[in-house]
Amino acid sequence: MSTTENTQWKLWEVFTQPKQGEPYEHAGSLRAPDKEIALQNARDVYARRNEAVSIWVVPSECIAATSPADSGSFFDPANDKVYRHPTFYKTPEGVKF
Amino acid sequence: MKNTDTAGLEKEFQDRIDRGEIIEPKDWMPERYRKQLIRMMSQHAHSEVVGMLPEGNWITRAPSLRRKAVLLAKVQDEAGHGLYIYSAAETLGADRKDLLAEFLSGRAKYSSIFNYPTLTWADMGAIGWLVDGAAIINQTALAKCSYGPYARAMIRICKEENFHHKQGYEILSTLMKGSLPQRAMAQDAVNRWWWPSLMMFGPQDANSPNSEELLRWKVKKYSNDELRQRFIDRTVPQAEHIGLSFPDPLLKWNEKRRHYDFGKINWEEFFNVINGRGPCNRERMKARKKADEDGLWVRLAAEAYAAKHPNLN
Repeated sequence: MSTTENTQWKLWEVFTQPKQGEPYEHAGSLRAPDKEIALQNARDVYARRNEAVSIWVVPSECIAATSPADSGSFFDPANDKVYRHPTFYKTPEGVKF
Repeated sequence: MKNTDTAGLEKEFQDRIDRGEIIEPKDWMPERYRKQLIRMMSQHAHSEVVGMLPEGNWITRAPSLRRKAVLLAKVQDEAGHGLYIYSAAETLGADRKDLLAEFLSGRAKYSSIFNYPTLTWADMGAIGWLVDGAAIINQTALAKCSYGPYARAMIRICKEENFHHKQGYEILSTLMKGSLPQRAMAQDAVNRWWWPSLMMFGPQDANSPNSEELLRWKVKKYSNDELRQRFIDRTVPQAEHIGLSFPDPLLKWNEKRRHYDFGKINWEEFFNVINGRGPCNRERMKARKKADEDGLWVRLAAEAYAAKHPNLN
């Protein structure tokens, strides 16, 4: 390794939980040599103002994602199933749910 | 055949933009859109990083512990902003290592404003109020730009810039309630920072070669001159409120236009500073290179530690 050159650290995706009980959200990404430093950097970069009570970091290369080009056919099985929603059903007037 | 394909894709891309859709990293985009965004975003990120230097200069000389803590927090925010934008640029396939190398070699541009010196404590007020104030106007517009990761980074940054803006105004309004020399110091800082702040919006529309294309792609939502006018209209009443004035005899409310008129900007100065001939260009690059060199052993130690502890990877 050259000592005068910046090597590229691994890319991590950061997920933060804003409040206890809430789902984790993608906050952004950062570079770090290992997960401990990734967590510390994530705190310093994405939670300087109490934006998180808990943080996940995941190596970006471990994330599998749908591709925009295929998203139409990938999600279309859900398109014709309106009966999965409560608004699909007719109920007699006056009954309370 | 190939050409018609690209033309079709480009038309579809422009249609998406015109419908107000947001472009995400994996979506098809014209090569030039990608290039222009990488150029803009890397310059923006470098600016955030260089932006730490003029203010870092005053951390040890802040007049109270409160002011010192605030200034530290602000400078730390600027580092964070640089990081958000480098990350967003990386989603376009740019390599941070390359962007940094270009920056350290002096080839990359950054905002000309950071090449002016910070001579007195009042400069901390003027920077927060004027420089960050101008940045907020620019960045609020960019928060609605067509590229998703850039827009999202801007939303986060704008929230934080509001603190920077208000703390700057607080510094100046405190000085303006002080002794005669304190008031003179505040006015002097404002005199020096006013014109460079107006230059932050970039050349006039007629001389802004990239604007047309960037507006069509909704990377820019407003022209340089529109945003500059918005900044002036918002800032003049704030100055009047605490008894500050701006060094422009032509600055005057125009009832017919419903905007402030203002004098001619010295574009020669702007282009000199952008092209490396500003008062502090050399000093800024030197400080940046030194920070990079001084930090090298820390980065190497972190890498060696990670290599020794595979369970941490």
